[in-house]
Amino acid sequence: MKTTIPVEELVTSGHLACQGCGAALAMRYTLKALGPRTALTIPACCWSVIDGPFPYSSVKVPLFHTAFETAASMASGIKAGLTMVGKGDTTMVAWAGDGGTADIGIQALSGAAERNEDIIYVCYDNEAYMNTGIQRSSSTPIGAWTTTTPPPHHKKKPKKNVAEIMVAHHIPYVATGNVAYPEDWIKKVKKAKEIKGTRYMQILASCPPGWKIPADISVEVAKLAVETRIWILYEVENGEYKITRKVAKFVPVEEYLTKQGRFSHLTEEEIIEIQQNVDKEWDRMCRLAGIENKFADRL
Amino acid sequence: MSKEIEIRGVKDMPPMAVSLGLMTVNKTGSWRNMRPVLIAEKCTACSICWKFCPDMCINIEGDLPVFDYDYCKGCGVCAHECPTGAIVMEEEMR
Amino acid sequence: MKKVVTGNHAVSFASKIARAQVVAAYPITPQTQVVERISKFVADGEMDAIFIKVESEHSALAAAIGASAAGARAFTATSSQGLALMHEMMHWCSYARCPVVIANINRALGPPWSIWTEQNDSLAQRDTGWIQYYCESNQDVLDSIIQAFKVSERVLVPSMVVLDSFFLSHTSEPVDFPDQDKVDEFLPPYKGEWVIDPDNPHTFGGLTGPDKYYELHYMLQQAHKDAEQVMDEVHKEYEKLFGRKYGRIEPFMADDAEVLLVVSGTPASTAKQAVIDARDEGFALGSVKIRVFRPFPRELVKEVCRGKKAVAVVDRNYSFGNQGIFFTEVRDAIYDLEPRVPVYSYITGLGGRDITAEDLVNIGKAAEKKECDNPTWWGVKL
Repeated sequence: MKTTIPVEELVTSGHLACQGCGAALAMRYTLKALGPRTALTIPACCWSVIDGPFPYSSVKVPLFHTAFETAASMASGIKAGLTMVGKGDTTMVAWAGDGGTADIGIQALSGAAERNEDIIYVCYDNEAYMNTGIQRSSSTPIGAWTTTTPPPHHKKKPKKNVAEIMVAHHIPYVATGNVAYPEDWIKKVKKAKEIKGTRYMQILASCPPGWKIPADISVEVAKLAVETRIWILYEVENGEYKITRKVAKFVPVEEYLTKQGRFSHLTEEEIIEIQQNVDKEWDRMCRLAGIENKFADRL
Repeated sequence: MSKEIEIRGVKDMPPMAVSLGLMTVNKTGSWRNMRPVLIAEKCTACSICWKFCPDMCINIEGDLPVFDYDYCKGCGVCAHECPTGAIVMEEEMR
Repeated sequence: MKKVVTGNHAVSFASKIARAQVVAAYPITPQTQVVERISKFVADGEMDAIFIKVESEHSALAAAIGASAAGARAFTATSSQGLALMHEMMHWCSYARCPVVIANINRALGPPWSIWTEQNDSLAQRDTGWIQYYCESNQDVLDSIIQAFKVSERVLVPSMVVLDSFFLSHTSEPVDFPDQDKVDEFLPPYKGEWVIDPDNPHTFGGLTGPDKYYELHYMLQQAHKDAEQVMDEVHKEYEKLFGRKYGRIEPFMADDAEVLLVVSGTPASTAKQAVIDARDEGFALGSVKIRVFRPFPRELVKEVCRGKKAVAVVDRNYSFGNQGIFFTEVRDAIYDLEPRVPVYSYITGLGGRDITAEDLVNIGKAAEKKECDNPTWWGVKL
């Protein structure tokens, strides 16, 4: 068969993810890119449950479950321990959701990044505390319904841009990804694997129950996030920005928003404002990446 | 397929909660209401269905996808992503 | 070889001699000299370890657990607020059965800010499943840390070695440094059986229902029971190799005593002087130091209290809403003694207030006369 991504599976069937789970795809692709000489540490998040109950597991690499705020600190310690016992060539991955990254876990992440710990930190971003039943996180986008942002108190604050915060830590590699673009993600993960120091990666992972979408459009909705430019695929290597998917065709963000029940209460004005934010942010990123903004007329 | 681990008590347990087997013992096929069905003539062997399956339950045998109904949760992503409409979701009859 | 060192430096040297491989620590008064000295050892190449300069104590213990779970010998040190911040991970460490060793300098918790010694910080962790040693001298500190690694790695239970703020941490005492070759013989490299290893992958800590979680806790308690025996063996071996005798409890002139003081930490040292002074006066006072608080040496405490006219427990701590903590544990341990041995609770020294030999003699006398409100807040200014 012709495939565009590695064939070997390091995640097994039988895991407990919901139907259409983007987080399951994210782990599947990441482990394909990294291979078996990898260790994972996972704080409280969907993957704490997806992996399966004791005495079973659905990943074929070592996985150390850890407390919510400790993904980056646990990973720092495991990497040091592996190094001291002669297994320092193991790729250490802290695998956390957006809550464990942007909120409760940000101290440990910032600390690890400042020390330039030799770890890959992957935030799989489904944009809320999904494992506990869809509560808002600082990574929840503007306008979204969650159980703690029910309209008219739907989220009015912008999504915390953790990737940019990580660029400001001067770490060697920062990248964003999306489960609908596995080739792009796998390429970035493989690149990250060869770099020493803290590598921060954030992958948008669609979530049918949390985004209020039918399971079968899970990948399509994730794709729309990139096509409408509300999620930008880029990487920053030693401070140099590169947009890895240069969107050329204009797709209104409304197409992304209206497919999801979590945005169904938005007014026309709110959607216009979201579109303006998308266009502004796209412009900012084009300037950082030193490329022409094909949608400059929209500003 | 991994074997069932029988833990009757302390004597069968490691000192901490450590995995001893794989989740393949858990046949998630029981979750589904719909099941994917292949229309072989329409399939172009692009492997997109295999690529986007969150449960790794599509195997490509020869050039055609084969669904592992032991594990398929019936999410429908494969059918939706198939560029030629070669996969349809049918009601699960059980 | 004898050196004059502070308690803090005894901790630093102990971690080096015990060949800790990963140290993750965050500074806090009065522990700072511990980590400063370890930093220097590592920077000078004297200690083959990775020192992770974490950004908080919670991260410190998380990192130590990670290193230990990967099969390395891990160490950290902290005090009061820092230990309190580690609380969540204290459980994570013991329930994950990671043999980490922590040195904790007993310091009163705030508010208000205090830097002086009190046992509430370490005792607030007593239910977390850690082994706890309470040291009376810098020699005790050095030796206990080395022993703790051996015991912890045998039974897979983490250990906390506790020393008093300023009375030990910043006080210089002569300490006999054991020979490195002999320590290496006593404490070989750690070989973990269930570790994070890409050549033998496992998942650690997966969701566990009521049908199995109970048994995991049972096993942790069994490990504490095993630890009692392992400690006795380790103490014997240590005495043979290094000539110093240690016990889970350490009685002083207790056999023929009529009144027994139960003490821990530096007051145990002061109590020896109190006992000598009391005997000079003709008062049959004795003392017993509880060196290992967890696993609580119930049988030993019961036997040492048998037949005593009175037992006076001196607590430099309090469990608000109930009693002094050593008191409740001692009274529980001696409950079945026949005839019944009266036990009295004296609270003193909180917030670092000085406990003198005279205080301890007077406490002994009060106990003999059955003068106690159970507890008596000794010396409280009303």
